[in-house]
Amino acid sequence: MNRRARLLMGIAAILPAAAALWPLWEVRLLAPQYPEGLGMRIFAHTVTGLKPNDLGSINGLNHYIGMMPIEPGAIPELRYMPWLLAALGVGALLVAVLNSRRLLGVWIGTFALLGAVGLWDFWRWEYDYGHNLDMENAIIIIPGMSYQPPLIGSKQLLNFTATAWPGGAAIALGLAFVIAVLVWWTSRTPRAAVAVRATGSAPDRGAQVPV
Amino acid sequence: MGAVAGCSTPAPKEMVSGDAAKAVYVAPGQYDEFYAFLSGGFSGQVTVYALPSGRLLKTIPVFSQFPENGYGYNEETKPMLETTFGTVPWDDTHHAELSQTNAVPDGRWLFINGNNTPRVARIDLTRFETEEILQIPNAAGGHASPFTTANSEYIVSATRFSVPIPNADVPIESYKEHFKGTLSFIKADVPGKMDIAFQLLMPGYNYDLGHAGKGPSDGWFFFTTYNTEQAYTKLELNASKNDKDYIAAVNWKLAERCVKDGKAKAFPSRYAHNYMDPDSRQAMVEFKTSVQMLEPAACPGVVYLLPTPKSPHGVDIDPSGEYIVGGGKLATVIPVHSATKIKAAIAAKAFDGDIGGIPVLKYEATIAGEVQKPGLGPLHTEFDGKGNAYTTMFISSEVVKWKLGTWEVLDRAPTYYSPGHLMIPGGDSKQPWGKYLLAMNKITKDRYLPTGGELAQSAQLYDISGDKMKLILDFPTQGEPHYAQALPASILKDKQVKFFSLANNKSPWVTRSEAEGGITRKGKAVHIKMMAIRSHFAPDNLEGVEVGDSVFFHVTNVEQDWDILHGFAVLGMNTAELIMQPGETRTLVWIPQAPGVYPFYCTDFCSALHQEMQGYVRVSAKGANVPLKANISAKAATQLSRMNAVPKPMDHQHGAAGGK
Repeated sequence: MNRRARLLMGIAAILPAAAALWPLWEVRLLAPQYPEGLGMRIFAHTVTGLKPNDLGSINGLNHYIGMMPIEPGAIPELRYMPWLLAALGVGALLVAVLNSRRLLGVWIGTFALLGAVGLWDFWRWEYDYGHNLDMENAIIIIPGMSYQPPLIGSKQLLNFTATAWPGGAAIALGLAFVIAVLVWWTSRTPRAAVAVRATGSAPDRGAQVPV
Repeated sequence: MGAVAGCSTPAPKEMVSGDAAKAVYVAPGQYDEFYAFLSGGFSGQVTVYALPSGRLLKTIPVFSQFPENGYGYNEETKPMLETTFGTVPWDDTHHAELSQTNAVPDGRWLFINGNNTPRVARIDLTRFETEEILQIPNAAGGHASPFTTANSEYIVSATRFSVPIPNADVPIESYKEHFKGTLSFIKADVPGKMDIAFQLLMPGYNYDLGHAGKGPSDGWFFFTTYNTEQAYTKLELNASKNDKDYIAAVNWKLAERCVKDGKAKAFPSRYAHNYMDPDSRQAMVEFKTSVQMLEPAACPGVVYLLPTPKSPHGVDIDPSGEYIVGGGKLATVIPVHSATKIKAAIAAKAFDGDIGGIPVLKYEATIAGEVQKPGLGPLHTEFDGKGNAYTTMFISSEVVKWKLGTWEVLDRAPTYYSPGHLMIPGGDSKQPWGKYLLAMNKITKDRYLPTGGELAQSAQLYDISGDKMKLILDFPTQGEPHYAQALPASILKDKQVKFFSLANNKSPWVTRSEAEGGITRKGKAVHIKMMAIRSHFAPDNLEGVEVGDSVFFHVTNVEQDWDILHGFAVLGMNTAELIMQPGETRTLVWIPQAPGVYPFYCTDFCSALHQEMQGYVRVSAKGANVPLKANISAKAATQLSRMNAVPKPMDHQHGAAGGK
């Protein structure tokens, strides 16, 4: 890998840290009675309201349909996820420092797996919130009705339109992934390496792929 | 989402269509088409709006003190707020109800309930004043009230809360054993004679709303119930368990017969009846001591229960009287019972068991149809007289128009936000004036300029003369209007009392001329007889009052001209002002706390020299023995002689309608 590629991997190593600043996912709720909307921001380590009391309001409303309250402390993923993201960052850094394309491959594979599992896990939580209703304590009971929020896009849930989309952290992570794949791609073939050498560029250790 | 239709989020700032302004614009000097009477909710009053302009015409004080005109503060009106609990100077008004003749609003009276301390009031619609209040004993929460029978023979009041009857110190856990509900039938057809004809002792449910039958359902009264689970804790959950609660159908004509035949028991019950004498304008209190209590078991056939989904709120009868519409707060359909089918079911004994001897009719036997997927949280229904019904949806925040008979949804209009009741003028009667629909909303959020944390409720006016409902006006309201009633202005506007005849003023403290004014002492009570006329009080300077005296200012407005009011207020007074209508005497009691000179003045801008309309009371120390003195000023004396030079005021009747 050339210097630029290693530099890019260095940037990719920093990007997961954005998840500490920005939410991974956002869910917004609109209803006639809530023209100003309610919202939720899902961070790697916690879930908060878009406005200070939104999470409380959402939990308050959800008690009508028997949905269990969203309690960040009760979601174990929020404890692991910061470490996983940190590990991804460290992994990317190692790729850059050790200049190992093999490690980069492992990193990309791990990232893709974690991403897929993460999305599936998020969907599973949404399914659980939407279906695993406490019918004993539900006040509004509509036969056949479930309240699973969308993963991406909009959905009508009783009087609420729920809309979900990725947050800043998810975009940053996506960017890190795209960078890594690009680096993987640009450093992929010996012909490319020969071509680079043929142009008279300085030898690049990272590009010394066995023929 | 498959389960529920009609709950898409409306655009929050939906624009009204282009000609809306024209539809509600009433040019300066022109009159509106309708008087609308909105309950004030927690204001305890009634507000009168004009439609379609939405202009506020008046607040009528009913159950709450009203410092703006001294209602509930002055000696004449204080008795109106008397109850067996003592003076109760506030209440929660929910349902305005116009008196009816042959099931059509007739404009004689408006009835309104007090929900917290169960009471019903009669408002005279020639004076727009509360003239009578009856307390309801053996009741808690007078919510299903004061709905009227087709000829205002009775108005009803049913208990929202069941309580021990008679009320007693029992464990709350003994709810099922001890708690009961009552349905009160109040004789209301003669002013001043309101009384409880009988009470029906009912199972310990919550009774929510009611409406009288007409046509095929004539002679019946329908009440919704919830909490048939008989929960006494966490009702939001525990009273929402049953799939169906009941509409209680009461055969009130049979009840009347049973009471007449001696099947009811005299039930010791203390309750207040307050009445404003129209001539003295002085309210009186009488305490009554007994009601006729009728148990359904003693009068078989007097009540049937109609299973109705789910925690029904409104029960509304269509203009023909055939359809009885339930509004199940948590129901996914709007169920409609048929009067004909109810009668057939009773005849065929299509019962599904009984509750304490009250037969429960089979749902399938009484139901005429269900409106499918109407929206979320159906509450109340009114009718346009053209075969259509309109139901408010609290949760999905819309009014839904549907067709009687086919039960199909025809139209939906968003409301801003969360409507409770809706009102079509005459929309609960045999003859709706089905041009406008007023939705009363609980939440206003972004609708008006914000005013801190406490926002106004709102009313939204729709033109329903076409196929589609059109929002044409949106205005903030006072208090929290629950229900409202309206009728064409032509029925009321020409029979308004313009002033009270001074010659007929039967107040013991009337002061018809300056010569009758004066000051007298009886122990610690000092009575001041005073007249008010543009632009002075007479007497206007008073001496001889001592600290700690009860000073009674009896002030008569001697004007005999429409819209010339006078007010009266004293420095440091601990109550409120007086407002005297022309020809009226009002009394304020003031207990001065410290020696000094205290000015009083006219508070209602009456004339060019209104600011000169004032006087002084000298207050001396206890035992100072300053002689009593009531001054007639030189200016007043001149005016007196001028008045005496012209003929005495005519013996006016009470306005154009001829009065009492």
